[in-house]
Amino acid sequence: MAHVTNFNLDQKFDFTAALKKSIMLMGGIGAILLVIGIFTSMGGGEHGHEAAGHGTEHVEAPADHGDHAAEAGHAEESDHHAEAAHEDEGHGGYHWSKRFFANLWINNVYFAGIAIIGVFFFAIQYAAQAGWATAILRVMISFGNWLPFAAILMIVTYFIAGHDLFHWTHHDLFVEGGAHYDKIIDGKGGFFYWPLAKGSFPIFWVARMVIFFGLWIFFFNKLKNLSFQEDLNGGTSYWYNIRKWSAIFLVIFAVSSSISAWDWVMSIDTHWFSTLFGWYVFASWFVAGLSSITLVTIMLKERGYLEMFNENHLHDLGKFVFGFSIFWTYLWFSQFLLIYYANIPEESVYFIERLSSDKYGAFIFVNLIMNFVLPFLVLMTRDAKRHTIFLKVVCTLIIIGHWVDFFLMVQPGTLGHNGGVGFMEIGMFMLYGSVVIMVVLTGLSKKNLIAKNHPMLEETYHHHI
Amino acid sequence: MERDTNFILGIYDDEDVLKDAVTKVRDSGVKIHEVYTPYPVHGLEDVLGYRRSRLPIAAFLFGMLGTCLALTMQLLMMAVDWPMIIGGKDHAPIPDFIPVTFELTVLLASFGMVGVFMISSNLKPWGQPRIFDLRSTDDKHVMAIDIANNASIEEAKIKEVLQSSGASEVNNKSFE
Repeated sequence: MAHVTNFNLDQKFDFTAALKKSIMLMGGIGAILLVIGIFTSMGGGEHGHEAAGHGTEHVEAPADHGDHAAEAGHAEESDHHAEAAHEDEGHGGYHWSKRFFANLWINNVYFAGIAIIGVFFFAIQYAAQAGWATAILRVMISFGNWLPFAAILMIVTYFIAGHDLFHWTHHDLFVEGGAHYDKIIDGKGGFFYWPLAKGSFPIFWVARMVIFFGLWIFFFNKLKNLSFQEDLNGGTSYWYNIRKWSAIFLVIFAVSSSISAWDWVMSIDTHWFSTLFGWYVFASWFVAGLSSITLVTIMLKERGYLEMFNENHLHDLGKFVFGFSIFWTYLWFSQFLLIYYANIPEESVYFIERLSSDKYGAFIFVNLIMNFVLPFLVLMTRDAKRHTIFLKVVCTLIIIGHWVDFFLMVQPGTLGHNGGVGFMEIGMFMLYGSVVIMVVLTGLSKKNLIAKNHPMLEETYHHHI
Repeated sequence: MERDTNFILGIYDDEDVLKDAVTKVRDSGVKIHEVYTPYPVHGLEDVLGYRRSRLPIAAFLFGMLGTCLALTMQLLMMAVDWPMIIGGKDHAPIPDFIPVTFELTVLLASFGMVGVFMISSNLKPWGQPRIFDLRSTDDKHVMAIDIANNASIEEAKIKEVLQSSGASEVNNKSFE
């Protein structure tokens, strides 16, 4: 009988110049598109229609007020309201850099999520004592290499463009009796500013971001180092140790992923809230992360690595992608149905802002088709999950689709009428994505590709479904 | 349906021996009726040459039936028979129908799948399951050869094939 030690367990991923070149080519095209996008929006965005409810018109245009009050008053007319707000002339509120930073924020949140999902999925394998995925553990953990970069980019983006992205950073919202006093945001102020005065420096919010990234990077390094030490020394004690750290990480991640979703995404639409938003963002991250893991694994397999990874393992990854696409849809729909059914103005404004907009309306359906309908139909059969070609198509689709999902969460609240998918969006996504791929693959190529002393390596080889 | 009543049984102690034996027996031209094992043996269906189960197709069809029934029921109730306006929505608000539609799809798919499985594997209430050897629920693997199905091969020859393939016992079994 074939045995696992017949394989070359010391193989390393050779990050060839040709591969680097094609990734750089993608990044280069992205950069060109981005520059084209910046030039076109420099010329095109000057008439400056502002967003419904959340734009900077509160600061820039004193004449434009009271649309939050209108929200509360007109349930049936809330779509009129959204349209009316679009007509409002928010002079000077829009600058191309705002769109640039909104795009940067979308990609920051999206790829930080994919990176942490790699670590999360790694931890899951240990906590669940799973043996099937042992051959691709290193692929999962390598995603965490992006985390330090993500942390820096996020914090820097916040300090440069916080006012463009987050309505709650404007300090006149908290001046009681002032022209822009906003009672609802004032009530939520402590979540951003505690223990300092509302409207000053959001120390609580920034501290959460620093602490979450700090914890995530700490656990990534801890798990990674333990796994590499196992390569050198062997024995089962590392496995138990990693399992212990994984379990602690999972508890911390459960809380931090939810709160980071409120902080980084939901607080853009400051008035609005949804109780399952943390889960929703997590599901979006998770399915995008699973698709990325699958794509990297297929790429390695096609280059002749990971001999013991066969269609049985691929089937399992395919089932994860399929299952969590449905899970994401379930959360999307749970959020939508309750808001649609109850029709409370301050909740339904979120969907009205998107559905009634000529910039975003169609993307709601694009989002559902790319992330639910197509993966559901294509991956339904057993054969589709066992052949790389179907998974390659579906995973690419999902990665783009969940970018659209984050685009829909971020842009309407930050750019409003000035947003949309243009050269800048596509270019930034390609450029950012190729930088992430470079960092992740460089990290992957540094150490052994297979955890050669993992106690469940034999089990992975015999995995059969 | 007329049921076959006379069988030759090969009893095997080990799953690896069993899998090799299945290949040998099939190569010698003897048709195997069925193999009974106390636990799932990986790769056994492959050596037996079984096609993949068509149960998922049944599940899909029953699921579609559930979807159609649920949508028809709700549309008839809410839009045709007694139109009502609830929460300011249409008479036929499709998003509101999705949870019920989903539930009925899952219900009918699973019930249909269980029903089809029960009938096709002779576990239906009026069926008489045949037990070839009680030890196949404990620690023995049992390979059943249908004599009527192998009319061209002598019984002694079949027994010899089983014996040489590693069976620990070779027995006859008849059903009433």
